Amino acid sequence: MPARLRGRGLLRYLPLLPAVLLLLVFLAGPVFWAFQASFTNTGLTGRHARNPEWVGLDNYQRLLLDPVFPLSLGLTVLFVAGSAVLGQNLLGLALAVLMRRARRSVSALVGTAVVAAWVLPEIVAAFAAYAYFSRDGTLNQLLGGLGMGRPDWLYSWPMVAVVLANVWRGTAFSMLVYRAALNDIPTEVAEAAQVDGAGGWQRLAFITLPMIRRSIATNLMLITLQTLAVFTLVWVMTAGGPANASTTLPVLAYQEAFKFGDIGYGTAVASVLLLIGAVFGVGYIRLLREEKQ
Amino acid sequence: MRRPALKSMSLIASALIILTACTPESPESSSKTLKVVYQKTDSFTALETMFQTAKQEFEAANQGVTVELQPIQGNDDDYGTKLALALRSPSTAPDVFYEDTFKVRSDVDAGYLLKLDSHLDGWADWAKFDDGAKAAGRADDGGTYAVPLGTDTRAIWYNKKVFEAAGISLPWQPHSWQDILDTARKIKADDPSVIPFNMYAGKATGEGTVMQGFYELLYGTGATLYDEESGKWVVGSAGFKDSLGFLKTLYGEGLAVSPAEALDANVWKKVFGEWFPNGKLGATVEGSYSPSFWQDGGSYEWPGYAQDMAVAPFPTQDGGAPGAVSMSGGWTLAVGAGTKEPDLAFKFLSTALNRDNSLKFTLDSSQIAVRSDVAGDAGYQAANPFVKDVSGLVSVTRYRPATSDYPRISAAVQEATEVVITGAKSPEQAAADYDAAVTEIVGGDKTVRK
Repeated sequence: MPARLRGRGLLRYLPLLPAVLLLLVFLAGPVFWAFQASFTNTGLTGRHARNPEWVGLDNYQRLLLDPVFPLSLGLTVLFVAGSAVLGQNLLGLALAVLMRRARRSVSALVGTAVVAAWVLPEIVAAFAAYAYFSRDGTLNQLLGGLGMGRPDWLYSWPMVAVVLANVWRGTAFSMLVYRAALNDIPTEVAEAAQVDGAGGWQRLAFITLPMIRRSIATNLMLITLQTLAVFTLVWVMTAGGPANASTTLPVLAYQEAFKFGDIGYGTAVASVLLLIGAVFGVGYIRLLREEKQ
Repeated sequence: MRRPALKSMSLIASALIILTACTPESPESSSKTLKVVYQKTDSFTALETMFQTAKQEFEAANQGVTVELQPIQGNDDDYGTKLALALRSPSTAPDVFYEDTFKVRSDVDAGYLLKLDSHLDGWADWAKFDDGAKAAGRADDGGTYAVPLGTDTRAIWYNKKVFEAAGISLPWQPHSWQDILDTARKIKADDPSVIPFNMYAGKATGEGTVMQGFYELLYGTGATLYDEESGKWVVGSAGFKDSLGFLKTLYGEGLAVSPAEALDANVWKKVFGEWFPNGKLGATVEGSYSPSFWQDGGSYEWPGYAQDMAVAPFPTQDGGAPGAVSMSGGWTLAVGAGTKEPDLAFKFLSTALNRDNSLKFTLDSSQIAVRSDVAGDAGYQAANPFVKDVSGLVSVTRYRPATSDYPRISAAVQEATEVVITGAKSPEQAAADYDAAVTEIVGGDKTVRK
């Protein structure tokens, strides 16, 4: 009875329906809306607020000519590479590896400290980071106490400050992923390598890392996408300043859409951001798929 | 198959009939709701008090009408954004709301505001409103769309103790920009740890940069930002370059705060909360509402402010007429264009803005009165020692050219001040960049060289 079988096959997907509907309404819907709005001159106020006009690729053309856009794109790459791919990823891995060797009390203490930053709501973490890096903040008091001068981090090195803040905030996620992955490595393999005379670094490079490479790819994908979207942290700490020196793409999109009331242009920036995220996402997924084969 | 379907259809039909029968016959007796949206922060509760009182009065006088108060917690920018988003959709648009004067024109363009002319004609109190303030609620078509709550002016606020210590005779009144620089240099020479004369600059302080800083300079040179008659934006003016030049001198000689401090969005909190009360700041350009921060219940209570502080009008570039410059903003109440109950909404607005409520709000938030009966009240005159000084500036004050393009133009001005105080560009370069930015924003045919 092929017809009946087909019916049963379709029926098997029924439980997925609510999830698919939710995704369509809350994820695909806004994405589609943003994409569509980026081809119009929709405004927050003014004559184009209620009656937007279709302007085709005007917003994208403007984007390419806007001197802030390449700067913002570069800063976003710097932010993602510095704070996610290098900072959170490597620090998370290092912590996970070291915590396996550390005494239980030490590892519990470090684990709690790292996870604490992650548990904080983003706005609280952002204010904490602002207080830490600001002119009279904790960091400068420490540096001043050591007689090392008091640089104005948020003004002179805004990107360094936001990258460090994001590393502080997000490392916990990578650490947890890698701890779980490391726990899955059978001890026999490591012991066998040790018997064969492999040193610590060799075991890490030839045994541990290859065995957790799928976790590495997954982790990289997740933290890249998360970091691409970071807004609150940057907005609270520097608001994109000074002189756009820390205006990442989400900050630029917000400024254009809400500060200048140009929703069309703001959504064009957001669409570019979505596209970058999609490229990264597809890249990592393909990487994972090749691993499987 | 057919039977059950018919049955359920008939059931639904009968249910509908019963339900329709239940709805009251006359809509007059049904309960109506007015949605009121306004701003509320920890330090700004005057409006909340005013609306709570108005709600009680209004509900008592209009049986069956419920006023639903929906305060939005946030600073001016965030409030503006949230309000604009709410106005975009008819289902979320409020009936009555708190509206910044500089958004009135663009929100009228967007069709968000109800024209109030016919309602105002029947409101006796309208004659008591100041003509200048009335203009703030008027749109390009000459109609009035918003009723002013209060206004403000800007002047130099200076700390008398700091000035005395530097041997400057009081009361101090500069007659030109040069006088300001001379005094500031004297204070710096006397005590290098004091910030002699601050003016906001850069993008972080947003509208504060232009309203309490750049425009006082620009409008004192004889130049303007926008030519009202031709409806064009002014580019290439000598006044613009001179104003940037003044900021360059002020910041370059260390007479103002360091550029790093100026570019911190929280710098104004230090001005009010730390530097003035602790005698670390000589003078700054600030709004007439300044005492509201220092009064009892303000964010930065400072009992000594009445003795220590003084006000001086900001001078023109070389002392030319009219001798002083001030900028005004202020807020209004408006009725949503999509309201289902325009009469009730306006009635609520006029209750909120009646004499007693206006007086209390004006006192609580250190506003400049826009109603003659409030301005003449003894309580208003005695609210703080500076009411007379700052109210007098209404005669020279200017409003922003608040068209839809204004936010972007303002941002371009802020950018120009930022690159000048950080030393990234010379005033000439920054002015040229500004001209290019304005031409880009409004198009070459909407600019005029002056």
